Amino acid sequence: MHRADYVIKRGFFALVTIFVAITINFFLFRVLPGNAVTDLARVPQSTPQLKHALTIQFGLNKPKWEQYLIYIKQLLHGNMGISFGYQQPVSHLLLADLKNTIPMVTVGTLAAVVVGVFTGVLSAWRRGSPPDHISTNLAIFAYAFPTQWLGLMLLILFAGILPAGGMSNPFLLTPEPFWQHLADIGQHMILPAATLMLTAYGSYTLVVRSSLLETLGEDYVLTARAKGLPVRRIVWRHAVRNALLPMVTLIALDFGYIVGGALLIEVIFSWPGIGESMYTAVTQRDYPMLQGGFLILTVSVILLNFLSDLVYFRLDPRISA
Amino acid sequence: MSAQATDQLLTAEGIGAAPRRAGFFLGVLRERKAAVIGLAIIGVFILLALVAPFISPYSASTQTCAVYAPPSIHHWLGCDDGGIDMLSELMQGGRISLVIGFAATLIAMIIGGGVGILSGYFGGWIDVSLMRITDYLLVIPDLVFAMVIADLWGASMFHVIMVIGILEWTTTARVIRAQVMSLRERVYVKRAKSIGSGNTRIIWRHIMPQVGPLLIANTVLTVAIAIYLETALAFLGLEDPTVTTWGTILEHAFDRTAITAGAWWAIVPDGFAIAAVIVGCFLFGQAIEDALNPRLKVAHLSLRRWKIRTLAGREADAL
Repeated sequence: MHRADYVIKRGFFALVTIFVAITINFFLFRVLPGNAVTDLARVPQSTPQLKHALTIQFGLNKPKWEQYLIYIKQLLHGNMGISFGYQQPVSHLLLADLKNTIPMVTVGTLAAVVVGVFTGVLSAWRRGSPPDHISTNLAIFAYAFPTQWLGLMLLILFAGILPAGGMSNPFLLTPEPFWQHLADIGQHMILPAATLMLTAYGSYTLVVRSSLLETLGEDYVLTARAKGLPVRRIVWRHAVRNALLPMVTLIALDFGYIVGGALLIEVIFSWPGIGESMYTAVTQRDYPMLQGGFLILTVSVILLNFLSDLVYFRLDPRISA
Repeated sequence: MSAQATDQLLTAEGIGAAPRRAGFFLGVLRERKAAVIGLAIIGVFILLALVAPFISPYSASTQTCAVYAPPSIHHWLGCDDGGIDMLSELMQGGRISLVIGFAATLIAMIIGGGVGILSGYFGGWIDVSLMRITDYLLVIPDLVFAMVIADLWGASMFHVIMVIGILEWTTTARVIRAQVMSLRERVYVKRAKSIGSGNTRIIWRHIMPQVGPLLIANTVLTVAIAIYLETALAFLGLEDPTVTTWGTILEHAFDRTAITAGAWWAIVPDGFAIAAVIVGCFLFGQAIEDALNPRLKVAHLSLRRWKIRTLAGREADAL
């Protein structure tokens, strides 16, 4: 298969998946029994006239397929409806949230990858030694403790030392220098990002370990040793580079998990991101927000997966066969 | 996500020759310390859940001490925001959490096993369409999806079980499918087919027994995921507010200012209970999967000591 074919195929799959996500989103909220939108007109003790007016206002009298077409058309125009809670367009609110979520999630994930790769390599390299046991067991436990519990632990441990909630200090004077603002946000980001790192790094450690163990069994490693190359070089240049390939897939599969973790973390640390908005939407029965948030998170995970497909393709020449 | 890439990951992860029946599990337990530890942890918690009503020191729903009373001789793990003994509450919560975990896993295994076997055995358009659905569910963030459905359906324990069950079958389906695809090509299956065995008979008599160990490994791993997801959903307030689970204990502690009250005892033991069960499932399930995967046994890993070990020589695995 040619390079272009592969990219087109994966891109097509991503597009179809996004389309399925949109359709499911529509079904969940409009077609399934007990759904949110058909109940909109069900106002307790209202007159039939009011019900009728509401039904028409929300277009609920139209056939489902027409509602579906309208939904898709509006989505393509970037219209995700108006939030019940904030009385503002959902898309504006969620975009603002996304701007807060992305830096925190990026920092946390990168930290998790770095820690995971180093502990995993250490474990495989010194297989069966105390460092291996310690790092493997720590990884298993970090993976096993619920994200929210890890967050609460960090809160208890660092409550007085680091900012425990929010994204910036509201008492900083507004015309402060830019770097001070940045440092303030960075300080607020430490605990949420650290929680994300803790909750995500464990599976990376285990996968890097087992993948590297497998790679170290390959003949080219034996050849490299027979040639008398230094160990450090064999491990880092020959084995690790190949062992990291499954990491790309794992990170991609993990995006969903990370997004879920980030949601809980934002709730705990009142980080004003998309997860916290969805949590608020749940408590306030703000369905347009919930629907919009679900769509944005799903679509971003799909796009990130597509991206990692491309990375994998770039790294592993065997795929084009 | 790339189907090819996933398949590669899956093949790397444990689709070797299928072992035979019950003797296999005894073998795993004999050979692997991790499996014994894992099984022991699971066993202890199941036992605790069964006898909880008889041995828990206090009622898990009535006030028996002061609000956020610290641990003492009478209340080993202190008390929560309602003056309820934490130890009793943990035991009660464990009961419900395990029930939710196992019930949701049962649903997930029926769907996942079914999809995997159908998809792998019949191939063709059945495989393609089932795998597209699987791919889709693998990609979307499960907690977010579960949160949306649970919220639309309303907060209840039954809904939580259903939501987890219908979301967490995808990995199982993929693993089973890969296994079945290789089984389908084995000689004895072809032979059975050539003497006129129907598909149903082949699946029940020849495929299922071979898939068994893999399915059990996945069941154990899925229980862990189900318990984990339940705590997350409960934390977001989507669990029935009247039941006590390990998830709602954390939620209550967070919502009702256990942290500002400094009541670490309302949080710490709960996390350890959850983590212990999950680690137990993880160790046991992983040990079975590892035993199914012959590839990890070879390692030129004597780098550290600068001497070449026999190719098949295997050190004791890290826990």
